[in-house]
Amino acid sequence: MTHIDKSDSGPSVQPMVENVSRRAWLKGVVASGSLIVAASVLPRGAMAAWKTGADAMPHGTVSDPHVFVAIDKDGIVTIVAHRSEMGTGSKTSLPMVVADEMSADWSRCRVVQAPGDEVKYGNQDTDGSRSLRHFVQPMRQCGAAARLMLEMAAAKRLGVDVSEVEAINHEVVHRHSGRSFGFGELAAEAAALPTPAPDQIRLKDPNSFRYIGTGSVPIVDLFGITTGTATYGADVRLPGMKYAVILRPPVLGSKVKSFDASAALKLPGVEKVMEVKGWDWPAKFQPLGGVAVIARNTGMAIKGRDALKVVWTESPHAVYDSDKFREEMLATSRKPGKTVRNEGDIDAAMKSAAKVISAEYYVPQFAHAPMEPPVATAWVRDGMAEVWAPVQSPGGTHDDLCKTLGLPYDKVKVNVTLLGGAFGRKSKCDFALEAALLSQALNAPVRVQWTREDDIQHDFYHAPAVERIEAALDGNNKVVGWRHRNVAPSLFSTFMPDPKYQQPLEYSMGQVDLPFEIANIRCEVGEAAAHSRIGWFRSVRNVPNTFATQCFVAELAHELGRDPKEMLLELIGAPRIVDPRKTTVDLWNYGDPFETYPIDTGRLRGVVELVAEKAGWGRNLPAGHGMGIAVQRCFLSYVATVVEVAVDEKGNISVPRVDTAIDCGFFVNPERIVSQIEGAAIMGLTVAKHSAVTFKNGVPQQGNFNDYPVVRIDEAPRATHVYIVPNGWDVPSAGVGEPATAPFAPAFCNAIFAATQKRIRSLPVGDQISL
Amino acid sequence: MITLSVNGQEHKYDGDPSLPLLWFLRDEAGLPGTKFGCGEALCGACTVHVNGEAVRSCAVQMSDAAGKSVVTIEGLDPHGNHPVQRAWRAVNVPQCGFCQAGQIMQAAALLKQTPNPTDAQIHTAMAGNICRCGCYQRIEAAVRIAATGV
Ligand code: FES
Ligand code: FES
Repeated sequence: MTHIDKSDSGPSVQPMVENVSRRAWLKGVVASGSLIVAASVLPRGAMAAWKTGADAMPHGTVSDPHVFVAIDKDGIVTIVAHRSEMGTGSKTSLPMVVADEMSADWSRCRVVQAPGDEVKYGNQDTDGSRSLRHFVQPMRQCGAAARLMLEMAAAKRLGVDVSEVEAINHEVVHRHSGRSFGFGELAAEAAALPTPAPDQIRLKDPNSFRYIGTGSVPIVDLFGITTGTATYGADVRLPGMKYAVILRPPVLGSKVKSFDASAALKLPGVEKVMEVKGWDWPAKFQPLGGVAVIARNTGMAIKGRDALKVVWTESPHAVYDSDKFREEMLATSRKPGKTVRNEGDIDAAMKSAAKVISAEYYVPQFAHAPMEPPVATAWVRDGMAEVWAPVQSPGGTHDDLCKTLGLPYDKVKVNVTLLGGAFGRKSKCDFALEAALLSQALNAPVRVQWTREDDIQHDFYHAPAVERIEAALDGNNKVVGWRHRNVAPSLFSTFMPDPKYQQPLEYSMGQVDLPFEIANIRCEVGEAAAHSRIGWFRSVRNVPNTFATQCFVAELAHELGRDPKEMLLELIGAPRIVDPRKTTVDLWNYGDPFETYPIDTGRLRGVVELVAEKAGWGRNLPAGHGMGIAVQRCFLSYVATVVEVAVDEKGNISVPRVDTAIDCGFFVNPERIVSQIEGAAIMGLTVAKHSAVTFKNGVPQQGNFNDYPVVRIDEAPRATHVYIVPNGWDVPSAGVGEPATAPFAPAFCNAIFAATQKRIRSLPVGDQISL
Repeated sequence: MITLSVNGQEHKYDGDPSLPLLWFLRDEAGLPGTKFGCGEALCGACTVHVNGEAVRSCAVQMSDAAGKSVVTIEGLDPHGNHPVQRAWRAVNVPQCGFCQAGQIMQAAALLKQTPNPTDAQIHTAMAGNICRCGCYQRIEAAVRIAATGV
């Protein structure tokens, strides 16, 4: 904890958290029809704690209030948000945890964004739906330690034992005398105390939380966002700054052979054209290289770029053709692959089966297309580099900048702006490295702006996949065998020589973690080479794996004349812990201990039953309507979705209603969970209906929202209802940002089948059912 | 030399007249509240008011903005308290927030013309504004709240 005097320069502070009347506030949340299901389980141990993988992440966790909390003498509490804010709300939710634990009044708290410095703040890699999961405990400890320090300062003043005082609503009160001191009065003395030892720190009883679990706190940037004063990546302006755009190689692996800049340089305001360095593939997040145009503003730089003539070197990836590649993957999926989970004897089960049912699914490649295209500003001078960028991993960006520029740790500073959406794209800091390299070359501050075309044509794409599932049925129509082959290029091709097979981190997201009660299970992966940069997109491999698995369950149900939800519950089987570790090659449990986060089919069944009940599963629907259901354990949360579709006589599909239930363990900010799930329904609908980046001769064929459409307001689900399963502190917090994207596409396609009897096995749906 | 009014103040521009207004606002006038999302009039992130009408500033050339009166999100209300802004805050609309300046400018223009829009009118007016985070349910709720008074 730090004490700030008015004379201190202190961290730059942002506007105070705005108070919004609770009534108006609730109106919105209630209008959305979402709610937290009434608690059926009371929180048990208030002090229970769980082990996470947080400390195995680079630089682990830090919970020291001297790092995260500052109080000025007027009592304004400044709390550091060390994770990046890309729309999930973690910049509000984690500081709110600190404030609640320290008994601060949120209206007297401010939040500041930390720069990239993992040595100081602990891991900052805002990815993998980890922020709350890994930091709710350290942030509670941080707040509790700050509270204790304030109480110790007050006790010392009064000459009483610390047990006689208590922090309540931004002041410390002496219980006996009623005397009290505001946090501001105690700030200097509290800040001078050493951080209390962990065994001295006492966490609050969850029943006394004022903010945690209530959803009553608006996001901290709400005023800035609604007035255009919040700072995103492109909003930083430095004196003498240059504006740059880069023409990058159209095919992965190409380089600049020669270029002609004469036409570009004739344009008014175009100042310079220069080659920028590119790395040989694979190169992690290093820039692709190309030709940069520098101008007096971004618009003129774009015009200059349009006038460039560049000759590129040839690349082996110029053979890449998405249609051909799909056929190759399909052929691969029909042959045995590498076994990554093997239980029982699948070959015997297939041989003795009364019936074998199989299906092949395809999910194409797609781009993240965050609303804010990649952008970064850098100023490299005097052996130092400072960057302003919307990066998900400011610590990783810091390290990559040190490496790329050859600078020591303390000569690099990464300032994190708000991220205008990210979805995994901004985990890769190539755009920040480009800005730094250009600034170094030009000896001036530089902003590099990606256009939408740059974004869609040079992404770290979500890999395309073919999934083939076969089920063996016995004479009683019981599923006794399950073989799932998964063919997709690996994202590890971005980091190392292409392994050409899905790796544990990938196949553990929805393939080998299959929670079904089936005696004979085999999961295989097939060979597929990468011809474009592969990355990770919200929900990652859960997208294709859940699509295949959950559509296949509905196909089985239809084949057997069963209700899809009942079929799903039967396959999940009895409530139990499924432990595929012994039969799987290196099960990856989202980086967290299996003991803390086992595969619990009781909870999986729970969300299926909850969402089915809330959605009115089985109710009578108007003609042309259909309902579909899907469930997934995704980023350690359990999430189930029912989608209702309406298909008109021309085959146009609309979505009157979506219901989603999530069990994400102990939760902090239900209002932001609801918003994440509302958003996941829309992103899920975009993925299901529209998204595909296709390559010809190695070149992506899409470039903007005309040919890479996303769902707009007139196509969005008419109502999305969210149900959050209540949990006490004894149920470890799990991921929220990603999970709900996964079950949407299969629930949607299952609903289309229910409405039309047309089975979609290939995404996007596009006009497959149009007449 | 091109002269135009932005948020009530006179601005001058001496560069290429074909420059999109968006880049003048962002990079030259120092008003970064207006966002760049597509550059092709496809996403609405750059929406501003020109002579009272919502337009995509990425698709308006400086020569066409000459002599006009432009209002950006920064100038919508002196205190950031336009009914649409208040409604946006009442339902905590934004996720990442990047599209919201454009959404708010579009909604403000809609309500000026059509103070009590139907669902279909809201959809038609707002369909040019993409929200990749998917805040549409709340955007729609906020437009209704703004129409009826928070
Ligand atoms: S940036 Fe102008 S409409 Fe997208
Ligand atoms: S809030 Fe992120 S794009 Fe709309």
